[in-house]
Amino acid sequence: MNFILDNLLSLILWIPALTAIVILLLPRTKVKLIRWVAFLGSLLPLALSLVLWFQYDAAQAGFQFMQRMVWYEAVNASYFLGVDGISVTMVLLTTLLTPAAVLISWSIKENVRSYMVLFMLLETGMLGVFMALDLMLFFVFWEVGLVPMYFLINQWGSGNRDYASIKFLIYTMAGSLGLLLAIQLIGVASGTFDLLQIMEQWPALSEPLTLLGLPISLSIETVKVIAFWAFVIAFAIKVPVWPFHTWLPDAHTEAPTAGSMILAGVLLKLGAYGFLRLVLPLYPEQAQTYAGVLGLLAVLAIIMGALSSWGQKDFKRLVAYSSVNHMGFVILGIAAYAYAGTTLAADDAVIALNGAVLQMFNHGLSAAGMFLLVGVIYERTHTRDLDAFGGLFPLAPVYGGILLFTSMASLGLPGLNGFVSEFMVVRGAWPIFTLYTALAMIGLLITGAYIVKAIRLVLHGPMNERWQGQHLEINRREVFSIAPLMVLMLWIGVWPAWIVKVINQTVLRWFG
Amino acid sequence: MIGPELLAFLVPLPPLLAFFVIVLLTNRKNRLSHRLAVGAMVISWAMAMTIFGLAVSRGDLGHHPIAASVAWLPMGEGVLNLGILIDPLNAITLFFVAWTCLAIFLYSVGYHNFGKPRDPQDRAGLPPKAGGIEPMYARFFAFISLFAFGMLTLSVSDNLLLLFIGWEIMGLCSYLLIGFWYGKDSAKRAMVKAFITTRVGDVFMLLGIAYLYAATGTVNYREILFDEHVLQTLAQMPSVIGGLSAGGLIGLLLFIGTVGKSAQWPLHVWLPDAMEGPTPVSAMIHAATMVSAGVYLMARFFPLVTIGWHEGGALTPTMTLVAVIGAFTALFAATIAVAQNDIKRVLAYSTISQLGYMVAAVGIGAYVAAVFHLVTHAFFKALLFLSSGSVIHGMEHGIHETHDHVDPGDMTNMGGLRRKMPITFWTFLIGGLALSGFPLLTAGFWSKDEILADAFAHGRMVIFVVLALAALLTAFYTMRQITLTFLGKPRTQAAEHAHESVWTMTLPLVVLSVFAVAAGWAGIPDHFPVIGGLIPNWVHGFVGGTLLEHPEAVAFSAVPLLVSISVALGGLLLGWLVYRRVTADAKDPLARLLGPVHTLFKNKYYFDELYDLIFIRPAYWLAETVSYRWIDRGLIDGILHAIGRFALRVGAFLRNVIDLPVINGSADMFSEGVKGAGRGFRVVQTGRVQQYLIVGLLFTGVILSYLLLANP
Repeated sequence: MNFILDNLLSLILWIPALTAIVILLLPRTKVKLIRWVAFLGSLLPLALSLVLWFQYDAAQAGFQFMQRMVWYEAVNASYFLGVDGISVTMVLLTTLLTPAAVLISWSIKENVRSYMVLFMLLETGMLGVFMALDLMLFFVFWEVGLVPMYFLINQWGSGNRDYASIKFLIYTMAGSLGLLLAIQLIGVASGTFDLLQIMEQWPALSEPLTLLGLPISLSIETVKVIAFWAFVIAFAIKVPVWPFHTWLPDAHTEAPTAGSMILAGVLLKLGAYGFLRLVLPLYPEQAQTYAGVLGLLAVLAIIMGALSSWGQKDFKRLVAYSSVNHMGFVILGIAAYAYAGTTLAADDAVIALNGAVLQMFNHGLSAAGMFLLVGVIYERTHTRDLDAFGGLFPLAPVYGGILLFTSMASLGLPGLNGFVSEFMVVRGAWPIFTLYTALAMIGLLITGAYIVKAIRLVLHGPMNERWQGQHLEINRREVFSIAPLMVLMLWIGVWPAWIVKVINQTVLRWFG
Repeated sequence: MIGPELLAFLVPLPPLLAFFVIVLLTNRKNRLSHRLAVGAMVISWAMAMTIFGLAVSRGDLGHHPIAASVAWLPMGEGVLNLGILIDPLNAITLFFVAWTCLAIFLYSVGYHNFGKPRDPQDRAGLPPKAGGIEPMYARFFAFISLFAFGMLTLSVSDNLLLLFIGWEIMGLCSYLLIGFWYGKDSAKRAMVKAFITTRVGDVFMLLGIAYLYAATGTVNYREILFDEHVLQTLAQMPSVIGGLSAGGLIGLLLFIGTVGKSAQWPLHVWLPDAMEGPTPVSAMIHAATMVSAGVYLMARFFPLVTIGWHEGGALTPTMTLVAVIGAFTALFAATIAVAQNDIKRVLAYSTISQLGYMVAAVGIGAYVAAVFHLVTHAFFKALLFLSSGSVIHGMEHGIHETHDHVDPGDMTNMGGLRRKMPITFWTFLIGGLALSGFPLLTAGFWSKDEILADAFAHGRMVIFVVLALAALLTAFYTMRQITLTFLGKPRTQAAEHAHESVWTMTLPLVVLSVFAVAAGWAGIPDHFPVIGGLIPNWVHGFVGGTLLEHPEAVAFSAVPLLVSISVALGGLLLGWLVYRRVTADAKDPLARLLGPVHTLFKNKYYFDELYDLIFIRPAYWLAETVSYRWIDRGLIDGILHAIGRFALRVGAFLRNVIDLPVINGSADMFSEGVKGAGRGFRVVQTGRVQQYLIVGLLFTGVILSYLLLANP
């Protein structure tokens, strides 16, 4: 037991990768065995994350479950893990969504072994980002997650997968480029990649940098602004913030169901997490200066994302665009905090930031759920065209009920999870960005329009005779896969204190 | 022993439990499902009545309410508490909500033909064709249970956030229930319309909540509304909009929520279409509970809406707006109602109009009158909707028997139903008279009269005249409805064979009729001639206690009373005179009289078409064409693709201009040079050992001679 607790983070992080190796050793034809090994291999990190969640002491300051080993001595980079209330929430989300996604991947028929190997590696990559306390390590995991996702889209995706996968890869890489340079810059300037040390030194750094003896004399402010934007653009692409979002509808639409679930559920959170973990602590001044711009882009994401979603005829693309809309609230909360965190309105700012973190978790649940449901209907009808459905409710009553429930969570119906976080963001951002918050309401209205549009075209209306007599009902495995998400959606909606308490303590300490 | 606080917490829960049990477990068992739903509602009703009894017997409930709360959400350093509050307003709301809901639950059993076998040609999502049991019977009870949960939650809440939660849950249920027969195209459109239109109000309301919470640090009613200091701060704090105080703006934002939920102009368009739902739904959502929630919100936040106003003083900008919208809606909807032929649509417009009455009452500061009318209206309008459902049911029966396929809801197809459906007739008559404000006897008279008296007493003449006109039209269209439906002779075969409904439907009608009459007697003004003071004016004393300062009763004046009596009786008489001789296939007498104006009324002033033209189409164009096609696909992706193409060009350039000629070229040159040299030297490589030896000897000789010559 002690071994487990002492190495908890490493275990959670590496068990998926180990599982990948095990799967690699299995014979290619034992599909059933491969699936079960992958499923169990993803359940184990979930169990350990639950241990982590309950062992995590919200009242205690600083990072917990820290683990540190020398890794890359020459540049002072170390294998350094640790979690606080924000990352522990994200770790839980990741380990929760992965088994659900693996379970829904039973429908993958070709090349199951490679698929599952990639999936497991993907999980390690994502978890690493949430746990890393070393900038170098952070970057490595940041990039590691990309590769499996590229192949998942490229190999198991639908129609336009080549375009979508390359767009996803190149776009994200383009962002990473600046991120890598900025990380190097910070590393050189601080003499270490240890995030805790950097957080103390870097924001206070004021003497001019003599960069590698290069004959440039930039003031430290300019250097910081450049590095700030390098970080922001990398993360903004990942979130994605409008107008860096157009890779998302393509990637989400073409990816296999489980890929979309993870993409929307976790990968987008990496960007937002980058803002929380790196941008806000490392660049408080620059963040405050440019918070207005960020807030504007967030509002544009909320409004334009909702509008574009409403304009879709493709069910999956509609859900994909809804992510742009929902993640806009995360960025709005972050921007509100960045603007007012150190001013008189700090109370409001903390509420907004709390809302942003909770919105990350909530969007993870509802977006993954929505993609799962789109996948279920796609598998049976082989179409995503909204006009091709119609009146399916009597044919698939259970599916219809689940779709209604999940869409309502996504819409932010009070009583379900999305409302709590959106309310917190709106409540916190209103005194800080009054106009932006008011404008965001347009997005909230359109959110209603596109959700209702999807339900209307899929479930309601006269039954499309084309599907008469076909078996469209959701099966038990799929219900089993989405049920935990639904339970959480309801639970957070009714009694959010259990999770907000953990987030709130950290936010207060970090940023309060 | 359960304390009253715990009891209030428990009131909304049984229907919620029933909802989950029906959805998850008993959704295929009709009898068990309705037993669960009705049983749960009976338990809630009993708890509500107990609480009401406790509340009434408690002296000075306004200052010593039943209240409790729990910590719900950590918010930074603070915490958000949610809880329950039983003060006079909540107690009386709980009273009428519990009664009407119970009546409607019971009615639904008969309405959905419980006990009849399922007709094999019926399909889920379409109304039963020939009197078979509703295919989605259990689902209906699940939905109305969830709905009742929402309304009961709202009725016991002690804060704005919990109110909003109940409010939105009702919104969802209303959406699902309007579209209960989702297979019908019209129902499908109506559900979307209702959801989106009310959501317009809801997003403003959300802003209002956020604003109020940010400005005061709480959402609890009493901490805001019972605290002079907080109210004063809100009244003085400038808002983001110039000329309005923060309190005034918050009141306005909340009012927009009311406009959506209570279907006030200009967001009224959803309610008439909502009649696509089954009748119990119309009664519950669109008369007794959900639309009342909007007015309840206004009554609840009366101190905030009227911030900066002193009794008898000039109206604040926010109040003026509220009063004008309310009064305008009251008259506007009444004019539409006179030209509708669908029995439920008339009631729908009548509801909009009556809600306008209440909103106007809040706007002119007539707090008690507004709440009083809210209560009486809930009873008599629920009664009218349920009666009309019974009429439609009877007509459907006739249609089924005679195969005379006419629209069962169209009043021009009815006539003479008083003999076929006596209980329905008498209860409808009672409800109709109450709606018209038939003097002295009915509840509607007392509550409506109080609003008119208040407007008159405080000199709000425009409001007074508009409301009096609306009352005249109300009496007129109500009598038109009664005459067309029940009086005269049957105009179709179906009406000839109509049939009284089963007891589960008629019993609720009778119960509601009692309230439609008697509820008014609790609020007879003390100064009323002759009968005033015989029954103490309980409503004024009780409801007035909700406010920090008890509002003054309006002094008696004969003018509004006479106006009120004459418009009611005059309207009823006119309605009867105009419509008593309508025969089958005859044109509406009013259409002859009013001509194009009637067409305008009949087409609801073309608001649907107008909104479609100026809001819906442009918005969708913005979404589909501008945001998606032009910006995302065209502009942003265009730039990305251009960058991609540029990168490819650069690559091609590098290859064609630098790689190929320069790098490859120089490499080639080198290799060609080597090759050439090789070719040149190849002649030496003969492979003959003798030649190699000769060459070797020659070289050795040259080197030796050099060494010897150099080092003598």
